Amino acid sequence: MNGISMEAGLLLAAILFALGLMGLLMRRNIIFMLVSVEIMLNAAGLAFIVAGMRWAQPDGQVMFIFILTMAAAEVSVGLALILQLYHQLKTLDSDAASRMRG
Amino acid sequence: MELTFYIAGAVAILATIMVITRYNMIHALLYLVVSFLAVAVVFFTLGAPFMAALEIIIYAGAIVVLIIFVIMMLNLSEDATQQEKEWLKPSIWIGPAILSAVLLAELIYIFTAMDVPTTATVPVDAKLVGLALFGPYMLGVQLCGMMLMAGIVGAYHLGRQKKKVTHRFLEKEAAQ
Repeated sequence: MNGISMEAGLLLAAILFALGLMGLLMRRNIIFMLVSVEIMLNAAGLAFIVAGMRWAQPDGQVMFIFILTMAAAEVSVGLALILQLYHQLKTLDSDAASRMRG
Repeated sequence: MELTFYIAGAVAILATIMVITRYNMIHALLYLVVSFLAVAVVFFTLGAPFMAALEIIIYAGAIVVLIIFVIMMLNLSEDATQQEKEWLKPSIWIGPAILSAVLLAELIYIFTAMDVPTTATVPVDAKLVGLALFGPYMLGVQLCGMMLMAGIVGAYHLGRQKKKVTHRFLEKEAAQ
């Protein structure tokens, strides 16, 4: 009988989330920051799947579908913003966009 | 099945570390694809085969390809990698890395302090997920549809290039 403990799954989700947070904090390139946010969302979804596995209920997977849709919408809007930013400022540096009316 | 879970988890962690440390953006995105595929394998071992398929189709298939398209549209030059190398100095990343490591240590402590009995993995297939999705979670599905619509409209509005409107006489004047 196979039994993956809930701790192992949650630990994997926590490690992936921390790596995404690390990438978000230490990068200055705005595309890398968006990618790190994707990693963090994916880790959150993994935590939901692990919880759904623990009680063998479909609710965790339903939540993962919602997270997936949100990630898709978020990345499309974020990339449109990045394109606009690059055309305005000619750089991908997130510090260049620190003012509201630069 | 257990061994598959641990190997796929290790691959996911290593690939994610490679993602956040690469200088070249395309290399990072290829590692990101590997990471998502490994997480899909993890989903499969956790008894969620439908979610594994969705992870591959939407994350590795759609989102990463979208990011690659945008990088191609930006047409970055060779010195983008060089600039990335300048931005990612140890003096810059050591602080955030330590802070996130502290948070991770706390999370690990909390999760290992829990005492949860290990239960057998029962696969929950697509039919059960669909029944839950279009039964009790109907409102959420509709809200997701609205959010996707808002995302489409927002992306179109933000991504549109503003047309330069200049009067032709003024343009001629400016050219002279």
